[in-house]
Amino acid sequence: MKVLVTAKRVIDPYVKVRVKSDGTGVETANIKMTINPFCEIAVEQAVRMKEAGSVTEIVVVSIGVTQCQETIRTAMAMGADRGILVETTEEMQPLAVAKVLKAIVEKEKPNLVIMGKQAIDDDSNQCGQMLAALLNWPQATHISNVTVNGDSAEITREIDGGLEKLTIKVPAVVTADLRLNEPRYVTLPNIMKAKKKPLEIVKPDALGVDVKPRLKTLKVAEPASRSAGVKVADVAELVAKLKNEARVI
Amino acid sequence: MSSYIAPLKDMTFVINEFADLDAVSKLPGCEEVNAELVDAVLGEAAKFAQEVLEPLNRSGDQEGAKLANHVVTSPGGFKQAYQQFREAGWNGLAGAAAHGGQGLPHIIANPVQEMWNSSNMAFCLCPMLTSGVMEAMAHHAGAEQAARYLPKLISGEWCGTMNLTEPQAGSDLAAVRTKAVPSGTNGDHYKISGTKIFITWGEHDMAQNIVHLVLARLPDAPEGVKGISLFIVPKFLVNVDGTLGARNDVKCVSIEHKLGIHASPTCVMQYGDAGGAVGYLVGEPNRGLEYMFTMMNHARLGVGLEGVAIAERAYQHALEYAKTRVQGREVGQRGGDRVTIIHHPDVRRMLLEMKAQIEAMRALAYFSAATLDKAKRHPDAGEKRRNQALLDLLTPIVKAWCTEQCVEIASTGVQIHGGMGFVEETGAAQYLRDARITTIYEGTTGIQANDLVGRKVGYEKGASAFAVIAEMRKTAAAINALGGDLASIAKSLAAAIDVLDEATRWIVDSFPKNPNAVLAVAVPYLKLFGTVGGGWMMARAAVVARKKRAEPGADAAFYEAKLVTARFYAEHVLPKAAAYAQTVVGGADSVLALAVDRF
Repeated sequence: MKVLVTAKRVIDPYVKVRVKSDGTGVETANIKMTINPFCEIAVEQAVRMKEAGSVTEIVVVSIGVTQCQETIRTAMAMGADRGILVETTEEMQPLAVAKVLKAIVEKEKPNLVIMGKQAIDDDSNQCGQMLAALLNWPQATHISNVTVNGDSAEITREIDGGLEKLTIKVPAVVTADLRLNEPRYVTLPNIMKAKKKPLEIVKPDALGVDVKPRLKTLKVAEPASRSAGVKVADVAELVAKLKNEARVI
Repeated sequence: MSSYIAPLKDMTFVINEFADLDAVSKLPGCEEVNAELVDAVLGEAAKFAQEVLEPLNRSGDQEGAKLANHVVTSPGGFKQAYQQFREAGWNGLAGAAAHGGQGLPHIIANPVQEMWNSSNMAFCLCPMLTSGVMEAMAHHAGAEQAARYLPKLISGEWCGTMNLTEPQAGSDLAAVRTKAVPSGTNGDHYKISGTKIFITWGEHDMAQNIVHLVLARLPDAPEGVKGISLFIVPKFLVNVDGTLGARNDVKCVSIEHKLGIHASPTCVMQYGDAGGAVGYLVGEPNRGLEYMFTMMNHARLGVGLEGVAIAERAYQHALEYAKTRVQGREVGQRGGDRVTIIHHPDVRRMLLEMKAQIEAMRALAYFSAATLDKAKRHPDAGEKRRNQALLDLLTPIVKAWCTEQCVEIASTGVQIHGGMGFVEETGAAQYLRDARITTIYEGTTGIQANDLVGRKVGYEKGASAFAVIAEMRKTAAAINALGGDLASIAKSLAAAIDVLDEATRWIVDSFPKNPNAVLAVAVPYLKLFGTVGGGWMMARAAVVARKKRAEPGADAAFYEAKLVTARFYAEHVLPKAAAYAQTVVGGADSVLALAVDRF
């Protein structure tokens, strides 16, 4: 079985994010970038499935600037077999990402696509769903467990009320939630090996996909800073405040 | 409580821009070394240090290592962390490729080691000692010994220790008394007996086996340093097929109660209580100390890095406190809001003093790491020799200066916390306690300074020292030519180089005539060299930062900060050079004037 995983390059979660002074976005120049944590979970899942013997090849795809090669190398150091970078400097929005991935899927013909449920930069949570729709494949989002048996997969999803168990047909698109696994620490020998794994670079044009943004960002601003709280004397006062001031009960 | 964030940007700035990564990547065996590899390796190491090692630093300090029935138990979580460390392959970073290591150069290994030390120095000492054993065995062990022990040491399945010190033999190893008597039907091994003290991680529960390297005397050995041999004494004997055999006659009889590094067991090791521990001779008889000294540069640079690492950690801790602790108003503001203490000029001065010195120390330490790589690997014999001479000169300076500064910096870190710094709960005190050992072990500051003024400057009439001073003058000229906001750096550096030059001449002239006078001011001379060497590095950083700042898309704020920090160093730290120099050329007499019996 062949698995395709995606790896988005995002600002490192340890970095304090700053809004650009002109309000057009957040500062990304000269800032430490890393693989999106949910994508990391997706890669880890594919690698575990390969180690368990149910997967034979893992292809990792990233879309974006040249430096996304580093993100792909990280995924390959975790255990992905080869990488594809769809290189573009265009701002990539969810529909464009899904269209690019569709083109790659049609070429690579994987049995399963594992993606992060969302990226920690824009928190869209759309690409997996859009890709499944474009491919007309089954989808299972926010998964915390997956087992593939022949042409179907047993899935556990995390939903508001608890856990939902599903059986879906493969090929399918699944998106990883936080508790699917805990990604491994990359080993030093595998960092060295990843340098030698094949990494193919293609342009969106070559895939016949128009990646121009369709949404326009009007303004990005920092959230208002939190104002100081107040101490209440007793529960009665708290309830009164929640009822009359906050109007939440 | 702050959490450690590896200063990757500062590190790669030094590595890429002026510790000469390009030159290192051209050395044989370094073909794969480039900026991308540095980023990948440092990035993953940072993650491991931040997420696995750092969370165990405080608990390890509070809990400490425990001894019961000759068995040492490491603090909670250490065993699991070591297993993760080993499985991630970090132990083999610089290990020989032939025995399963990655063979990466020190310019990558040392920054990684800095991160291990910043996040958890007590933990890091265990793999650090193992790498010392690896280094010694790679150079001096026979092929059969290397094949039997090295792969397991490189993989980290086994750990290593260094057994030099005895109660009567500390800095003076000539006094070593541990005995080695030939044994076995074919004389293939020796029976070792004696007591070794201060053995870091001499016994513990993190690995299957511990390989002790032990200095001991053969029955017919000459007196003094020329009669000491080196032996491998494994905790568990190793069978021919590599499996573990009987428990050897070596045990830990006590562990020290120390000021710092509580999580690292400092053991008293007893050899031969039951008739003699089985030991195997490394190399030739009576050459043990010489073998130990071949890895001394490596080990001493490693301790210098500990100085950089703890100073960095103490700085991050103090910085966070300074940014969150609200106290008082800014001067000249009446009735305004109270501010965080970083707004107060003296706190800012203390923070910059920490930051500027750390950057200078790091640059000097990494520069020395690159010099070590060139000394080890350069294909051209002349270049190899030149770099070895430079390294020999720099090693005692990096070891002693970085650690002495570290103690001061960690102390400043406590100071920034005010009364809370003196309270253990804040965490600032641990860095000061942990830092305190670094100026002592692996040769005290005094020993390093004696080595510098004697072997490295005095005996060779200052050849290497004057060569470095000539290099410093080139940097001073370059920075002077750039002018503008670098003018004050140029002026201060030039003055500092002049006094270093003068003091070096005094050392060279006085050494043959009055070696006692030279030794009396050896430490001030070492601090002088460190201070000016740091200023040289800061000036080089400023030259690069000025150029980079002007490039399109550059991180202007980052380079601006580098320029300001270099200026601060030139204005606040470099002037101390003149005071040290004055003590060097004029201060020896008073040291010796008060006779021993008048104290």
